[in-house]
Amino acid sequence: MLDVQKIRKDFPILNRTVNGKPLIYFDNAATSQTPQQVIDVIVDYYSNYNANIHRGVHSLSQEATDAYEQARNKIQKHFNAKQSHEIIYTAGTTHSINLVANGFSSLLKKGDEIIVSALEHHSNIVPWQMFCERTGATLKVIPMNENGELILSDYDALLNENTKLVFVNHISNALGTINPIEYIIEKAHAAGAAVLVDGAQSCPHLKPDVQALDVDFYVCSAHKICGPTGVGMLYGKEEWLNKLPPYQGGGEMIAEVSFEKTTYAGLPHKFEAGTPNICGGIAFGAALDYMNAIGFENIAEYENELLAYGTAELQKIEGLKIYGTAKEKTSVISFNVGTIHPYDIGTILDKMGIAVRTGHHCAQPIMDFYKIPGTIRASFMFYNTKEEIDAFIVALKKAIMMLS
Amino acid sequence: MTIEEVQNEIIDEFAMFEDWEERYQYMIDLGKDLPLIDEKYKTEDNIIKGCQSKVWVHANMEDDKVNFTADSDAIITKGIIAILIRVFSNQHPKDILEANTDFIDKIGLKEHLSPTRANGLVSMIKQLKMYAIAYQTQLN
Repeated sequence: MLDVQKIRKDFPILNRTVNGKPLIYFDNAATSQTPQQVIDVIVDYYSNYNANIHRGVHSLSQEATDAYEQARNKIQKHFNAKQSHEIIYTAGTTHSINLVANGFSSLLKKGDEIIVSALEHHSNIVPWQMFCERTGATLKVIPMNENGELILSDYDALLNENTKLVFVNHISNALGTINPIEYIIEKAHAAGAAVLVDGAQSCPHLKPDVQALDVDFYVCSAHKICGPTGVGMLYGKEEWLNKLPPYQGGGEMIAEVSFEKTTYAGLPHKFEAGTPNICGGIAFGAALDYMNAIGFENIAEYENELLAYGTAELQKIEGLKIYGTAKEKTSVISFNVGTIHPYDIGTILDKMGIAVRTGHHCAQPIMDFYKIPGTIRASFMFYNTKEEIDAFIVALKKAIMMLS
Repeated sequence: MTIEEVQNEIIDEFAMFEDWEERYQYMIDLGKDLPLIDEKYKTEDNIIKGCQSKVWVHANMEDDKVNFTADSDAIITKGIIAILIRVFSNQHPKDILEANTDFIDKIGLKEHLSPTRANGLVSMIKQLKMYAIAYQTQLN
């Protein structure tokens, strides 16, 4: 069991006040907070060995390159990728998805089909719509039920020999549903399709094993896992990464250049054009170290407790409806109270120092499904406490009173 | 009253409130009391798309003065609209164009002017001024 009071001391931001009240940060699904251990790594990098990597012969450049590549190894180990060059540094989940979408567009033809789920974030829908416009491929959608769970029999029916790629998030950002990706991957492979899993919301809560999952592509962002913004990763099976063409041209991604012809560098450099977010990559590795030291089993156990407690307390409030009641879900609670607009509640909560997300969570199709303009979303991390949930409930009741 | 006089009146009213709760409760009440826009004007054309709350604005001109009606699906946004309408309605388009909105800061609602506040307030002020431009052109 983790010691939450000890953990909270690692996060300097949790000591601050907002509008004169102690900060209660329940917007973790948007971005997580950063522990001192990661902040120290960032400060150390810029204080001691900031240099461009892979090219320099001087000591600083070598130190920076070593740290950056060590971090890649940490990411590889964390996700249990077979090889470190199967880990591509990106600017984050959205960038990773676009990289795969762009690569696939050169492999697909008219009549091919892509399947996405109804639980997707906009960043997962838009690149594929653009992609289908470009290639003439068709986009199919796995529907969801009232609980916010994917309807798997419909998924089975969508799969056929034209399906080339299945794209699904591991955990829904709007509802917290944990999708049965093992099943989805197995069925897709049986139909001859590749699978790309968006792990942006899952990686803070669980430790995916890409080999055990046999997933073809897995993507995530560091800033949801106690790391900095602007950096993330794409895991791809070596055979797939070799098949995809480079995404961007520039330095680092080339082997030889002449005006007649350029040959591309091998993996992972083929997809890492230009000077990368070096410090971000190193801090990403440090963030994984931090989370692993706490232990993902401990994290899951504790967060499930917060989820159960928060759900039970919220359900006591009259007129409150929770959206997303999947059996398998993570510590995200999306809800509305009567006909009160989520924006109004969010505004009043902020006055009391409480950070929640309001709106459609970049998942408008889900909001359309429930016929609501949006929800209030409280999402917990392992540094949150039951006491914070209590304070949140008190504040929420006050907001409801003011707005009714 | 001139726009500035109305603004000063609102600043005086808000000065009586002791804390944010009273301020917000007042805005919420203003929102509830706001004379609604005629349903026929709640069209897609009249909608100002903020990220989260919808805002509709309609304008007309009578005797060289512009009048606004508006609505929103969020009550706090409606309260802010009510304040803005009080300031800008029944005014000459030229005066609307020249008016500043510093009073919003002075009544402690500055946070609603930040671009991160997705309530459409900034776009709404822009829209009110757009109407004023259009009517001003008619008068010239």
